[in-house]
Amino acid sequence: MSDASAPVAHQHAAPTGLLRKYVFSLDHKMIGKQYYGLALVSVFLGMILSWLMRFHLVWTNAAIPGLRLLSKNGAPGGVMTPEYYLSLLTMHGTLMVFFVLTNAPFAGFGNYFLPIQIGAEDMAFPRFNMMSFWVTFVAFLVLIASFFIPDGPPISGWTAYAPLSAVGKDAGPGLAWGQNLWAISIGLFCVGQLLGSLNFIATTLDLRTKGMTLSRLPISTWAWFITSCIGLLAFAVLLPACVLLILDRVAGTSFFIPAGLVISDHLQPHSGGSPLLWQHLFWFFGHPEVYIAIVPAMGIVSHILMASMRKPLLSVKVVYVSMIAIGFLSYMVWGHHMFLSGMNPFSALVFSFPTLIITIPATIITMIWIGSIYGANLRFHTPALFSLGFVSVFVAGGVSGFFLAQPSLDIYLHGTYFVVGHFHMVMGVAAIFGILAGTYFWFPKMSGRMMNDTLGKIHFWLTFIGVYCIFMPFHFLGFAGNVRRYSTFVDDYLQPLLPLHKFISIAAFVTGAAQLIFLYNLIYSRFKGAPAPENPWEATSLEWSTTSPPPFDNFGGRHIVVNHGPNEYGVDGAHGDFIMQDSPEPEPAAGD
Amino acid sequence: MGKLLAVVLLVIAIGSAIPILMHTWWMPEDISSHGYMIDKQMSETMAESGIAFVAAQLVLAGFVAMFGDKKNGRKATHLPGGAKAVVIAAIALVGTEVLALGVFGKDAWAEVYFKKAATDALPIQVQAEQFGFYFRYAGPDGKFGPLHPDKIDEGNQNFFGLDPANDVESRDDIIAASLVIPVNKPISLMMHAKDVGHSFYVRELRIQQDFVPGLDIPMHFTATKVGKYEIVCTQLCGLGHYNMRAYLEVKSQEDFDQWLKQQSQ
Repeated sequence: MSDASAPVAHQHAAPTGLLRKYVFSLDHKMIGKQYYGLALVSVFLGMILSWLMRFHLVWTNAAIPGLRLLSKNGAPGGVMTPEYYLSLLTMHGTLMVFFVLTNAPFAGFGNYFLPIQIGAEDMAFPRFNMMSFWVTFVAFLVLIASFFIPDGPPISGWTAYAPLSAVGKDAGPGLAWGQNLWAISIGLFCVGQLLGSLNFIATTLDLRTKGMTLSRLPISTWAWFITSCIGLLAFAVLLPACVLLILDRVAGTSFFIPAGLVISDHLQPHSGGSPLLWQHLFWFFGHPEVYIAIVPAMGIVSHILMASMRKPLLSVKVVYVSMIAIGFLSYMVWGHHMFLSGMNPFSALVFSFPTLIITIPATIITMIWIGSIYGANLRFHTPALFSLGFVSVFVAGGVSGFFLAQPSLDIYLHGTYFVVGHFHMVMGVAAIFGILAGTYFWFPKMSGRMMNDTLGKIHFWLTFIGVYCIFMPFHFLGFAGNVRRYSTFVDDYLQPLLPLHKFISIAAFVTGAAQLIFLYNLIYSRFKGAPAPENPWEATSLEWSTTSPPPFDNFGGRHIVVNHGPNEYGVDGAHGDFIMQDSPEPEPAAGD
Repeated sequence: MGKLLAVVLLVIAIGSAIPILMHTWWMPEDISSHGYMIDKQMSETMAESGIAFVAAQLVLAGFVAMFGDKKNGRKATHLPGGAKAVVIAAIALVGTEVLALGVFGKDAWAEVYFKKAATDALPIQVQAEQFGFYFRYAGPDGKFGPLHPDKIDEGNQNFFGLDPANDVESRDDIIAASLVIPVNKPISLMMHAKDVGHSFYVRELRIQQDFVPGLDIPMHFTATKVGKYEIVCTQLCGLGHYNMRAYLEVKSQEDFDQWLKQQSQ
């Protein structure tokens, strides 16, 4: 840890050229915005793909205007083919999980705010930081390139189960170069995340300013720090998995392909591999990935809730310990994705137990959030609404985990829309609510302008009600045994479920359209928003102790000294009911 | 704003609970000997999770309605008992639920996966491929002939890669496109994938199991009700995944014997 007498020099001078300032920037704030921007592009792209899929599911034979322009082969006459549906499904999942849920709450907000919240001038390794974004950006381009090759994007889903993903073009469209691009893209993405995670860890441990002890770190910084530890281990496993997959595909190895497979009448020239090896490697990453998406959102929401409630959480330490417990346990539960995979059935019980146990720290955090509202002076601005919405959807997504954690219920529910409902609610929607809460909360800091609160509230109500209308019925479909990843529902037993699908599709169109309000608000407010007051939310952490937006070195050459914990709300301070972390005021008698 | 949020949370909680309580969309009638255990476990989990969901939403609704900012400088207060009470309550509530569900849930799993198939079970081999299921019965000799992947020839309907010219056991094997079984008779499936991963799912049977290329996976069950049911694939297997299906036909023993006789002719 550094102190004020040995300040960490900003290793690089403020850039003047456009390229250095806005493109190949070493400034963590610009890099954070670049990650956020990439996530923003990805989330709208992913959402449009989901619209196309939802349209196709309920109006299967109807032409979609303009779709032919995207792919002649995938949509002859504008009507989506089954394989193109699967291509869109793969791209939707990959974009959302990697380029949205990992990029925005962790790499985006984390890059921008972690250094400021600890009083540092930049990340520990600014060049690594720039490299991590640009590698991620190349990963994005490589993935998107698959739309423009004749074969189209891969059809093997975001999980890319072998041998479907490993054997090449014999297995179907998109599985030649489309799948290669996917594997290269995800491999590159892993490199970017590994560089980023290392940087976050080093920065948090080494660059804290004087007085910023670990217990004085804001809860959002704790969350980013824990997430970077999770990410370092998770992406370190997915990266070699992608390398092995590429080797199977282009170098004739057989890591994931056993002997004797006959695909499209061709006996495959492989032997000795195991499809389960891919599943183990993938889910060893894949389950912690859920927490890579949700832990930063938990941190952001906790941070915002305290500023909105005007009081600290019942115990932030309990939340830290619970988040660490979640991170630790997340590495022991990957097998619950594989209960029915053909692995030894005894192992199902072994994986089931920690899966059920992980609900304990998650429940503790949730109950701390709800319990902390008791006795609060809650301010219902847009960031607070999204934070409260986060708590609600996190509960909804969490309780369905109870079902899937039990191998005996997985026999019925695995592979159905119940699973889709569960992970969309707990990982997708909850994390998106965290991102949106963070956006409304920190936009004034990042741009110097406020977002429009009325538009923000309209956006919240439409989104909050909308996501329940979309994703709660997914669970009902699962109870009825509706299989997922079907491009068309041809089975007799699925016919009575079509009206419910129609309802979901319409809800998805409306909720998606509501996001345009957000986009408008974001762009309009960036240029025409009301100027932001110095500390619009009356928050305590260090990002509010500097100008909006902060100068290149974050604090204009000042050496910040931290005198207080980050959660001094509901106290009698000199300027209201809170005390800034760098305030020279003495510690109040009864703090957190 | 707090009251509005409370009302919306209330509507969400009730709106989600009604279709569940009314079983508007629910599991079809169980037709297996083990399914009642899964159904019981499902109902218990539904009750516990449902109560947890509704209770959490209602408490959240209550608190946001009660503790909005009054702008009168009210001093913030804390939940009686504080974090300690919350932690104890969470561990007690969830811990009990976890233990109860975990312990009672193992029976159904054990019935399907730990128990061996009955010795008199009817062995049937099922092969999954892009995009269909084929079923093989051993024939009068009670033996399955060996598989030769290089002999697979869809054009000549040699789906399994049998070599009856050289393998005596293969000559009487019966291949069918539907899974036809006698009612109340234990069935022992040997699951084999020809190309990529697939899955075998029959809702009514409360059975779902992946096919894994390179592994032959055993699965057993007993169907208790005569009828025709859909077998679908639940593991993404390629462009025709949505259309990969077959029928399970559960017949009386006499009808089954007659069917088998017809097939072997």
